[in-house]
Amino acid sequence: MALLEIRNVTRRFGDFVAVDNVSLNIEAGEFFTLLGPSGCGKTTILRMIAGFDLPDAGQIFLDGRDLADTPPEKRPLHTVFQSYALFPHMSVAQNIAFPLKMARRPQAEAQKMLHEVLEQVHLADKADAYPHELSGGQKQRVALARGLVNRPRLLLLDEPLGALDAKLREEMQIELINLQKDVGVTFVFVTHAQVEALALSHRIAVMEAGRVAQVDEPSKLYGFPQSRFVADFIGHINMLQAQVVESAHGHTRLAIAGLGEVIASLHSGVTAGAKCTFAIRPEQVRIGTHGEVSELKNHFPGTVHNFLYRGDVTVYKVQMENGLLIEALLPNAAPGRAELYEVGDAVRVGWRHDAGVLLHE
Amino acid sequence: MNEQEKIRLTPAARLGKWLVSGPPFLFLLLFFVAPSIIMVLASFRYPGEFGALAPIASADSDTLHGLTLETYEFFFSDIIYSYVFFKSFLVALATTLICLTLAYPLALLIARSPKKSRDLMVLLVVLPFASSFLIRVYAWMILLGPQAALSQVINGMLGVFGIAQVYLLFSPFAVLVAMVYVHLPFMVLPLYTNLEKHDPSLLDAAQDLGANAWQRFWQVTFPLSLPGIFSGSALVFIPVLGMFAIPDILGGTGDMLIGNLIKEQFLATRDWPFGSTLSIMLTIVVLLLVWLAVRLGRTRGRYA
Ligand SMILES: Nc1ncnc2c1ncn2[C@@H]1O[C@H](COP(=O)(O)OP(=O)(O)OP(=O)(O)O)[C@@H](O)[C@H]1O
Ligand SMILES: [Mg+2]
Repeated sequence: MALLEIRNVTRRFGDFVAVDNVSLNIEAGEFFTLLGPSGCGKTTILRMIAGFDLPDAGQIFLDGRDLADTPPEKRPLHTVFQSYALFPHMSVAQNIAFPLKMARRPQAEAQKMLHEVLEQVHLADKADAYPHELSGGQKQRVALARGLVNRPRLLLLDEPLGALDAKLREEMQIELINLQKDVGVTFVFVTHAQVEALALSHRIAVMEAGRVAQVDEPSKLYGFPQSRFVADFIGHINMLQAQVVESAHGHTRLAIAGLGEVIASLHSGVTAGAKCTFAIRPEQVRIGTHGEVSELKNHFPGTVHNFLYRGDVTVYKVQMENGLLIEALLPNAAPGRAELYEVGDAVRVGWRHDAGVLLHE
Repeated sequence: MNEQEKIRLTPAARLGKWLVSGPPFLFLLLFFVAPSIIMVLASFRYPGEFGALAPIASADSDTLHGLTLETYEFFFSDIIYSYVFFKSFLVALATTLICLTLAYPLALLIARSPKKSRDLMVLLVVLPFASSFLIRVYAWMILLGPQAALSQVINGMLGVFGIAQVYLLFSPFAVLVAMVYVHLPFMVLPLYTNLEKHDPSLLDAAQDLGANAWQRFWQVTFPLSLPGIFSGSALVFIPVLGMFAIPDILGGTGDMLIGNLIKEQFLATRDWPFGSTLSIMLTIVVLLLVWLAVRLGRTRGRYA
């Protein structure tokens, strides 16, 4: 049985459907992420799990028990708010001890739990400081510690890293992974940053306008998106309009207007003549001279339309003969730009026969 | 001194600062500091024959009066004056506590109302200021009078049980009622200003972490509202301590507070030095209380 089961939950605000018939199963010990663009209903789902909002239809079960009649303060789960919501009149230690006090833990036990979690979030030396004396990262840690100290069944985190700068964010991501592993508490994490979701999660639910578009492990989600929305939302991807020529003999052959024939791995459930989208990640596209890419099954001529030097990689946009733009990533393995193609250079792009996915919509 | 004051200003900025803060500064100097000094000096002199002060220097050595500590000796020689102070202190304390218990739920209600209705509610709270203070106090004379409905109902009920009639007017009760009535807005406004600024996500967080409604109030709302409670209490306590109009009008003859005593010295007894002494004692008491409140507020308001 799943630790948390969300069953056919719908939430409307007036005529607007913020959460539309969502069903999710979250297992004990999991780092589960709700990912989606702004306004897709992530916070609304989290608020319903925490009990601050109630579903118009559907149920939420924790350990198999329906939560409908349990007020927020009685639910064995805690939330880390985006604004942290630290109590300004309490010291770090008092803030973190708050849930222990509310749960009436015996003094000695509470002290032990408090010190344990203070060590875990590296705040032992800040125990007597007040929230206004802390940096953003430290406040973040206090909020985390406060949510974890009473060992909830579930910790809900609503864009907890949103207020941090890029560097600190990366540090906190690593800490978050370690912390979750250490304490073994199930995390339900909300973010609209796909890189963060991929880096942190065991499983991700991608949401689109109140609905769950796909639930999968990060690598599956990235490698095998099931819809144009998911493919486009997570990372960069080239999407080419295609028509199935033949789907047999271990591969699927596609005709892409203006480009020619493309060989892709076998997709069951497509028949010759079906229209679909062929989607391929830029890092799967090689760029080079004819000799460099000719061993690949698929390769086509084009000219460099523009490029972006990003330090670790250079992103090339190559214009194909039919005007189509294909994005390709070239890692800068050697100092400087690895291979210097200039705008207007004639190049070839190519990819393996098993790269890319077919999306039929 | 806070960080901003340490920043060095250009001459023009410095001039601007003086131009802006100059007039109110002069006003305070002229109408507060100067009279205070005059009062302190007056308290060390003898009363004049027909009021005012006796001259310090005179051609006639019989009527020559110097400086004296007589008024202070007089103040401490009779316990009655300390008693009046103590009684005034109790009235001020009671008024403050009653105002606080009445104002807190009201301020909380306004602060948690939808934004649109908040302004209207605040307006209603300050609406009594639109009419004269004296008229409002005299209105209580009618409301509490023996012919008024309130007295009739109370005495009617007492009569049923065979208890003697009570007179609401000209009693400490009447004074307290009017004191509370007049000063209530001074408690509501600072409390509301404070409560309205509370971050609602703190209450969500507290609830999420296991606090019920009662605990949310006492652990979060109340401690965060202490600065509002302190300023509201100061705004009620201090004026009530020196108030003379309300006891004059509603208190009857027996009920004298410091304010009345001081007024008496200047207008009836015509003993200016003693009136000054009483005023100075009152000022000292108030300053002591303010100092105490600030100290309390500082340790409590560390986070602010
Ligand atoms: N109390 C409410 N009343 C009316 N509409 C609401 C309410 N709460 C949320 N909504 C609407 O529901 C939709 C989903 O809101 P929600 O806060 O869940 O989005 P989100 O996915 O968390 O977005 P973000 O990433 O910006 O935080 C939004 O369009 C929002 O305007
Ligand atoms: Mg949100």
